[in-house]
Amino acid sequence: MALILNEEQKMLKDSANEFLAANAPVEQFRTLRDNNYEAFDADLWPAIVEMGWTALTIPEEYNGLDFGYVGLGQVLEEMGRNLTKAPLLSSIALGGTALVNSTNAGLKSSWIPEIMNGTKRLAFATDEKNYFDPTAIETTAVTTAEGYSINGTKKMVIDGAGADAYVVVAKTDEGESALFLVDAANKGITIQTDVLLDAGTYASLSFEQVNIANDQRISEPGKGKSLLNLVNNTGAICLSAEMMGMIHAAFEQTVAYLQERTQFGKRIGSYQALQHRAAKMFCEIELCKSVVITALKGLDKQAENLDELASLAKAKLGETIKVVSNEAMQMHGGIGVTDDVNIGFYFKRARVAQRLFGDYNYHLDRYASLKQY
Amino acid sequence: METTTKKDLEDFRLETRRWLEENCPASMRKPIKDSNDYFWGGRNAIFNNEDQKVWFEKMLAKKWIVPYWDTQYGGGGLSREENNILTQEMTRLGCRKPLFSFGISMLGPALHKFANEEQKMRFLPEITAGKTWWCQGYSEPNAGSDLAGLQTKAEDKGDHYLVTGSKVWTSYADKADWIFCLVRTDFDAPKHNGISFLLIDMASEGVSTRPIKLISGKSPFCETFFDHVKVPKENLIGTLNEGWSIAKYLLTHERQMIGGVGETDQRRELHDIAKDHLPMKDGKITDTVLRNELAVQDMNDKIFEMTIQRIMDEAKTGVNAGALSSFFKYYGTEQNVSRMELMTAITGSEGLVWEGEDKDAMNQARLFCRSKGNTIEGGTSEVQLGIISKRILNLPS
Repeated sequence: MALILNEEQKMLKDSANEFLAANAPVEQFRTLRDNNYEAFDADLWPAIVEMGWTALTIPEEYNGLDFGYVGLGQVLEEMGRNLTKAPLLSSIALGGTALVNSTNAGLKSSWIPEIMNGTKRLAFATDEKNYFDPTAIETTAVTTAEGYSINGTKKMVIDGAGADAYVVVAKTDEGESALFLVDAANKGITIQTDVLLDAGTYASLSFEQVNIANDQRISEPGKGKSLLNLVNNTGAICLSAEMMGMIHAAFEQTVAYLQERTQFGKRIGSYQALQHRAAKMFCEIELCKSVVITALKGLDKQAENLDELASLAKAKLGETIKVVSNEAMQMHGGIGVTDDVNIGFYFKRARVAQRLFGDYNYHLDRYASLKQY
Repeated sequence: METTTKKDLEDFRLETRRWLEENCPASMRKPIKDSNDYFWGGRNAIFNNEDQKVWFEKMLAKKWIVPYWDTQYGGGGLSREENNILTQEMTRLGCRKPLFSFGISMLGPALHKFANEEQKMRFLPEITAGKTWWCQGYSEPNAGSDLAGLQTKAEDKGDHYLVTGSKVWTSYADKADWIFCLVRTDFDAPKHNGISFLLIDMASEGVSTRPIKLISGKSPFCETFFDHVKVPKENLIGTLNEGWSIAKYLLTHERQMIGGVGETDQRRELHDIAKDHLPMKDGKITDTVLRNELAVQDMNDKIFEMTIQRIMDEAKTGVNAGALSSFFKYYGTEQNVSRMELMTAITGSEGLVWEGEDKDAMNQARLFCRSKGNTIEGGTSEVQLGIISKRILNLPS
C-alpha cells in the first residue's frame, strides 16, 4: 500500500481546491456567520452534488462513484482549508456510511439515492453527554407492536437543524446499542439549536414516544456495536482530514506573516525564537499528513486495525491543531485576536473539531487500551 | 527503462530467499547485541567469530557487500527493485549486514557523485571488498555546529598538501585505515568557499589519535591530530575550495542514517517491555502518568514510521525529499532520546545498573547515556530546526 495519492485522487483534490477557492472561500464562512449563523450556502450544496462529492463513497449499485474515502478525504481537507460549510460530513461520511454498511435493503434503496442527489439530508445523533463516549447511550428503542418507540435526548448533532432524518443510536430491549433511521417529521421530536464557538449550529434533540416502524432499523441484531464503531471511526478519520486542511491553511498563513511582518527593523521570521517553533510545527504537520492518508486508506480497504488508525489520526491531529492554532494566534500578534482577520476562525473551529468524535485524551487512552496496556 | 518483468523479480526473490537461507549462518540472523557483532573490515580486519567470517566471505563472493553499486567497482550491479527485494529478504530472515562501513554509507555516495574515474577505480573496489576501513574527519574542537568554521589547514606544497590541525568525534579513528576530511585550503575566502575534501591515509607520518571517553563509558570516538602530514594531490576529491558542497551532500546521508531512515525497526515494542516491568491492573499499567507518556511515544513512533514510508513513496514518484533530511534527523533522534528516557523509567532500578552481573541491564544504563548524543551529533536539533526554517519554510535570515 503506497502512501500517496494516485492520479485520479490528485485530480480530485486539485479540482476541489479550485472549486472551493472560487465558490466557498473563507469569506463565505464570514458572510454566513454574519447572516445570523446560516448553516451553509444554499447554492453551494447543489453545486457540490453536481461535482459528484456526495457520490464518492456510494457504491455503484446505487449509481455512486465508488471512489472511496481517500477521495472524500481530499475533498474534506480542501473544505477544511477554506472552512467551507456544507453537510458533506454529516449526511455522507456519517449518515451515508451507516446506510451503505447496513443490510436493510429497503432503507438503503429509498435513502441512499436521495442523500447522494442532495434532495435529502441525514444527521447522526449519538452523543448524550458533554464528552464523547459511545458506550454512554441511555436513549432507548423499546419494541412495540409495529416497531420501536424511541425515548431519550441527543446532543451535538452536526447539521441537525434542517436534516430530513436522523441516524439515532439507541439501546434495544436486549441492551444492544443499535442504529435507527428516524424521520424528522415524526411526532414527538423537539429540536433546539445552539451556535457553538465555531459559528456552527449543532442540534439537541429530544425524542418522546417517537414511534417508528420495524423496517427503520439500520443495524441488524447483533451488529449495532460494530456499525456504530465503524461510523465513529469514519467520523474521526474524515474529521481528521478536514482538520488537516485547517492546519495547512493556518500554518501557511502564519509562515507568510512571519515572512512579511517587520518589528525592531527586522522581519519577525528572522528571530530564532519563532523560527524554531515554526520548524517544529512543520515536523508535526509532516506526521499528520502520513497518519491521515494511512487512516483514509484503512477505511477504503476495511483494515483490521481501523480502530488503531482512527485513534492515531484523531489524537495526532487533535494535538497538532491545538498547537498550530495557538501558535497561529500568538505569532500573528495583536491582529490575530481581532475579528478583522480570518486566523481566529481556524482557532475557534479547531476547538470544536478537537472535541467531536473524541479528543486527544480519549483517543490516546483508546489506543493504549487497544494495545493492551 | 523497465527491462525486468514482475516475473523476473519474483524469480529473483525466490532465488534470493533460497540462497540466504542456505548461506547465512544461524548466528548471523540474531539481533545485534554488542560491538563484537559488527564486522568493520579493513587492513587489519578482525573477525570476532567463525560465522562472521563465513557470512562475510559468502556475501563477498556473491558481490553483495554493496549489492547496488556497479560491478566495475565490485558491487553487485542490482537494480533498485532487486536491491529492495534483497533488503526485504534479509530483513525477513533477520540477516545482519556482512560489513559495517562508512565507506559504503557515506564516502561511497560522495565518490560516485564527485570523484574522477581514476579515483573511483582506486577507492570504491577497496570499499566493496571490505579492505579499507574509512572514518570521517569533519568536526573540530572549535567547529561543531558551525562546521564551516573549521581550521585544519592543507597548504599547497607543489606536488602535495601539507595538513596541520585536529579533528574531533572521529568514530573509530584509532582503528580506521583512511579518513575523509574537510580541510581549509583558502583562508581569505568566505568560510564556506575555502574548504576542500581530502582523503588521507591514517598510516601517514604525523597522524595520531586519542580515544574519547563518553558519559556512557567507552566509545568509538577519537580525537585525530595532523602534524605536518604530507598528502598526495591526487587525493583531493572534486574541485579545490568547493568541498563544502560535498560536505553538505554527505551530511544529508549522515542525517538520514542517524535518524534511522531506511532501517527496519527490530526493537521490541516499548509497551511490551513496559508490561514486563510494571504493575498492571485490569489490563492497564497502574502508573497512569507513565502509561500516558508511553502512549504518546508509541503514537509518534508509529506515525513517524508511516512518514518515512510516505516520503519514500513520494520520492519514487520524483518528489525531491532531500530537504527533508533535517526533519528525519531531528524527529528520529528526538524520538530515540525520549524512548531511552522512558526505558529508564520503565526498568526502574534495574535500568540504572552500571557494573554488575546482569549484562543486559548494564547495557540499558549505558545506552541511555549514549542516546544523549543523538540530538547533538550530525548537527544538533537546533541546527536542523534552523535548516528547516530557512530552506523549507523560507524564513528570512
